[in-house]
Amino acid sequence: MAEGRDNTVLRFENVSVAFDDVLALDKVSFVLERGESRVVLGTAGSGKTTLLKTAVGLIRPDSGRVELLGHDISKMEESELYDLRSRVGILFQEVGLFDSLTVEENVAYPLRNQHTRQAVNSDLREQVVEALRFVELEHTLDKFPSELSGGMRRRVGIARAVVTAPDVVLYDSPTAGLDPITAYTIMGLLIKERDIRNAATVMVTHRYQDGQLLANFRYNPQAGEIEPASRNGSRADLRTKFMVLQEGRLVFEGVQEELEASTDPYVSKFVRR
Amino acid sequence: MLDFLKPPIQTFQDFFLLAGRALRTLPRRPHYGDDISLQMDMIGVGSVPIVLLVGFFSGAVMALQMSRALAQYGATGQVGQIVAITLVRELGPVLTSLLVAGRVGSGIASELGSMKVTEQIDAMRALGTDPVQKLVKPRLTATAFTLPLLTIIADFVGMVGGYLMAVPVLSLTTGAQYWNNAYRSLEYNDITQGLLKPFLFAIIIALVGCYYGLRTTGGTQGVGRATTQAVVVASIWIFVTNLMVTRIFVNL
Repeated sequence: MAEGRDNTVLRFENVSVAFDDVLALDKVSFVLERGESRVVLGTAGSGKTTLLKTAVGLIRPDSGRVELLGHDISKMEESELYDLRSRVGILFQEVGLFDSLTVEENVAYPLRNQHTRQAVNSDLREQVVEALRFVELEHTLDKFPSELSGGMRRRVGIARAVVTAPDVVLYDSPTAGLDPITAYTIMGLLIKERDIRNAATVMVTHRYQDGQLLANFRYNPQAGEIEPASRNGSRADLRTKFMVLQEGRLVFEGVQEELEASTDPYVSKFVRR
Repeated sequence: MLDFLKPPIQTFQDFFLLAGRALRTLPRRPHYGDDISLQMDMIGVGSVPIVLLVGFFSGAVMALQMSRALAQYGATGQVGQIVAITLVRELGPVLTSLLVAGRVGSGIASELGSMKVTEQIDAMRALGTDPVQKLVKPRLTATAFTLPLLTIIADFVGMVGGYLMAVPVLSLTTGAQYWNNAYRSLEYNDITQGLLKPFLFAIIIALVGCYYGLRTTGGTQGVGRATTQAVVVASIWIFVTNLMVTRIFVNL
């Protein structure tokens, strides 16, 4: 499919991935469109991280088809994937910051090293500072990741993921292991990034409240903070969909009302939390 | 029945696949010049002190050992020749490479291994950069360029060590005769194999280090295992390759 013919950013068609005969993803199919948000819920080991890694070709599907930004990546060579990946932002669960580089070098990494980008050094610092200002960490330029707290590392990871203004951003459990206040700050940044640039967003999490925030809150540029999307209490945003994974199978896909109305015992467990 | 052969053959195949990919990336952009310079500094300049020490002592001990053997034949004047030939053909390349395998091969394996187990390699791939191009190519280029230079330093310092032992300490010969003998005994064949060997050993050290680093699994223990394997395997291949290269040059 030629790029730009439709709004599809990411498409999974019957994707299965197995590790040593155990299915991590079992015939998963879904479509993510430009400007859309997707919250993927699931317990530990349900295939959430595998789904994200498969989406950018870090893991190859055993069967099925993955289409990223109009390209069928299941058939592409690893060397062909790098340029495509430079249009995707990804935050790993363990963040994956380069521990021997400073915060500034970490955030500058995609700008300086991606083949498709020829960042001029003078612009580079400006872009890096801007990305770090976005996550309110512009004062940590010269620090090493080991000198930062867990929440700060996540925020640097977000800055690095979005510094190239990617078309789609994938977040792997961005709030896992954080206190509620820091988790709320991180979610605020995700919402801000999504609303400022209208980037397609996939967030994998086991916390329903993160999904609720993504679905029901908007970034208000005037106030500089997030606020409920609709003040009259009605949930307005149908552009945020929820998916639930159970042992690699996609057992639910729909908007928040449908999720809350689900009678499936596994699916409803997430909502009750 | 032959299942036990599968793992080593698989390792061999994976290693050559990585080597092939690394060699294919050599002419391909981007070249990451900063990383190559940094690695040359760490691998090359960083190894100079230890190479000086080893070169000096191996030359000196060579002269000392030879002093008795040569005295039996009344040929102590030939000490310069023996020190020069053994150093340039064998001791210089092999000892320098073994030291660099220990120092640099282990460093490469542990650095890349730690990056692998902390998802940094995956992050690198996800950020649109090829780990082979970004990590393997600079290390391979830097080692292949600096190891022959380090060997030249080791050879020269070894001859100085041999001189200090043979002339001022043992008075086996005169300084002029020592250096004249050493210089005249070396042929193009010796110099060629003396430089080809460290070049080949460098490729082995860098690629084996990168290979074991990039396939590390099992946390910190895995990093330790990868480091040990990199040094052991690189050292074995240095000896095997040394024998093969020597066999070819002996017949020339």
